[in-house]
Amino acid sequence: MLLKKLTEASGVSGNEKEVRDIILDEIKVFVDEIKVDRLGNIIAYKKGKNNSKKLMIAAHMDEVGLMVTDIDDMGLLKFTTVGGIDKRILVSKPVIIGKKKISGVIGAKPTHLQEKEEWKNALDIEQLYIDIGVNTKEEAEKLVNIGDYVAFDSQYIEFGENLVKAKALDNRVGCCLLVELIKEIKDIDFYGVFTVMEEIGLVGAGPAAYRVNPDLGIILEGTLCYDIPKLDQHLIPTTLNKGPAISLVDRTTLYNINFRKKIVQIAENNHIPYQYRKIAMGGNDSGKIHTNKEGSITATISVPCRNIHSPTSVMSKDDYKNTFKLLKAILYEYKKGEL
Amino acid sequence: MDTKDLLEMLSNSSGVSGHESRLNDAIFSVFKIYADNILIDNLGNIIILKKGKNNGSNTKIMIAGHMDEIGLMVKYIEDNGFIRFTNIGGIDPRTILGQEVIVHGKKDLFGVISSKPPHLQEPAEVNKAIKMEDMIIDLGYSKEELEKIISIGDTITIKRDFKELQGDRFTGKALDDKAGIAAMYECVKELSKINHEADVYFVCTVQEEVGTRGALTSTYKINPDIGIAIDVGFGSTPELSKSDTLDMGKGPGITIGGNIHLGLREKMVEVSKEYNIPFQIEVTPGPTGTDARAMQITREGVPSLCLSIPLRYMHTSVEVVDMKDIKNTGKLLTFFIASISNENLEGLLCY
Repeated sequence: MLLKKLTEASGVSGNEKEVRDIILDEIKVFVDEIKVDRLGNIIAYKKGKNNSKKLMIAAHMDEVGLMVTDIDDMGLLKFTTVGGIDKRILVSKPVIIGKKKISGVIGAKPTHLQEKEEWKNALDIEQLYIDIGVNTKEEAEKLVNIGDYVAFDSQYIEFGENLVKAKALDNRVGCCLLVELIKEIKDIDFYGVFTVMEEIGLVGAGPAAYRVNPDLGIILEGTLCYDIPKLDQHLIPTTLNKGPAISLVDRTTLYNINFRKKIVQIAENNHIPYQYRKIAMGGNDSGKIHTNKEGSITATISVPCRNIHSPTSVMSKDDYKNTFKLLKAILYEYKKGEL
Repeated sequence: MDTKDLLEMLSNSSGVSGHESRLNDAIFSVFKIYADNILIDNLGNIIILKKGKNNGSNTKIMIAGHMDEIGLMVKYIEDNGFIRFTNIGGIDPRTILGQEVIVHGKKDLFGVISSKPPHLQEPAEVNKAIKMEDMIIDLGYSKEELEKIISIGDTITIKRDFKELQGDRFTGKALDDKAGIAAMYECVKELSKINHEADVYFVCTVQEEVGTRGALTSTYKINPDIGIAIDVGFGSTPELSKSDTLDMGKGPGITIGGNIHLGLREKMVEVSKEYNIPFQIEVTPGPTGTDARAMQITREGVPSLCLSIPLRYMHTSVEVVDMKDIKNTGKLLTFFIASISNENLEGLLCY
């Protein structure tokens, strides 16, 4: 299954190769042109019959993770974060290190030996280390290098009535949607772009948009979902199982109102559930795409993900299906020249 | 069965304190070929008897490794199907955020532990630990569906796949004290190859994590001459002083202190030196937090020993042990048992 394959691959920002190779392999026979640019973005082009406006659909391939910064005398690895990770989710998690895929676990001082007062505080990154089971620095250095990327070790698991747990749903869910669109859509002209290093500052999207130079951009994401108890309705960014989340505003983009309204209209005309992303925090590749060259119009459509940026992100398969339906409906409108 | 395979099977199963019986079949199946008798007492302890030869004075040695593990319990089901929970045994809430769990209702349900994301918290909150009461378990069902499967009071296991690290190291959950059971298994296999006079009672004890309760009743029942707890000790990590910890891979810690019988401990050290089995010393002046504590004060008192298998990240789902330490613990136990005879016991116990 594609989403399983994509989420279980390691692709910490700057190290997207595994993910890129899966995607290239999946889409190469379904596109008319494909290239990997100098930053590592995949730019795929599907030729269609319409060529009024240039449409670019983008999803970032990278995920948040860690990087080895030092190896201590006991062979334990010190690390830093790559992308936005809440340090509190790190302790007691299994990880996979480097190209050799060495298994490790994130350890800290045993809780029994901490003062009760210490329990009140979050553990700092400096208090954590990765244990790969060796005794010395020399043994560790044979297996791991400073600068190695570290990804969470977390399997794709389906559970509950229709949910999925995996790491990196932000944004393998967007990649998966875009791959499936590329495979399924015929005779509609668009660029499918898989970007690198979104999580460390929207690095890949700018150069990719510069090359494509789109009139319209649709950004596919896995986005923040928090719908657990004791929260006022207006504080809920998105809710699981209520359909694709259409962005209003975030830290990088004030989304074009007309384009957004068209998308909402398409959803309603096709009886596809949708919701707004009701939070201004966060940002995505749209920030670089809509300000590229002379500017373009963009929209972000996301699958809500609980526990985003953690090894145990959760999404709904129904939301995925409805997002895919909405994207197809948008493309059919685009084909008619209605966007 | 290879001891590593047993450890993996036990670590991946679930045996939260008070609900250990899920492990019974696995333990029965591997121990029975070496046992003269196996029984389960009223609290659920599994007592495996391996008889000695020519045991004229009916010497009894009891070895205890606890089969229970820390876990969680369902406290409340929210309207939107999220589970509120509390802990069974000592759990640092910081170590369970973002973990996967299995909720044991009418059937086992997979879930994940969530809390408020940092985006929705004040910046200062990010430096504070999240309390257990602010966490929920997401099972992906509506309340109506959940109520058909889950009840308040159901136990919850932290889910973690047992995994091999470098060398002889393994990581998993509940290695405290499945490593102890694995060492007992090593011992029973070794014992079957040699002569020993004492009857040996291997006890997989219940409810150690909530107050060494299984050891209380099983020790009472067996009424041993010697009680030996096999538990885990703090493996060395950089922020701990060397004197508080045991080095990984350098053999079991032999505990010294008030909980431990002096003469027997000296014998244990002597045996390890004689057979070249590496060991370390663990200093615990007061009562140990192990089954050795319960054994020592049962009935009229039982001379007790404690062996600690070095283990890192205790009470988390990524505990780390070294198989060499488990094997050496089993070996040391075996030779110690063999060294006890009807003749020398009285002398060893003498003050």
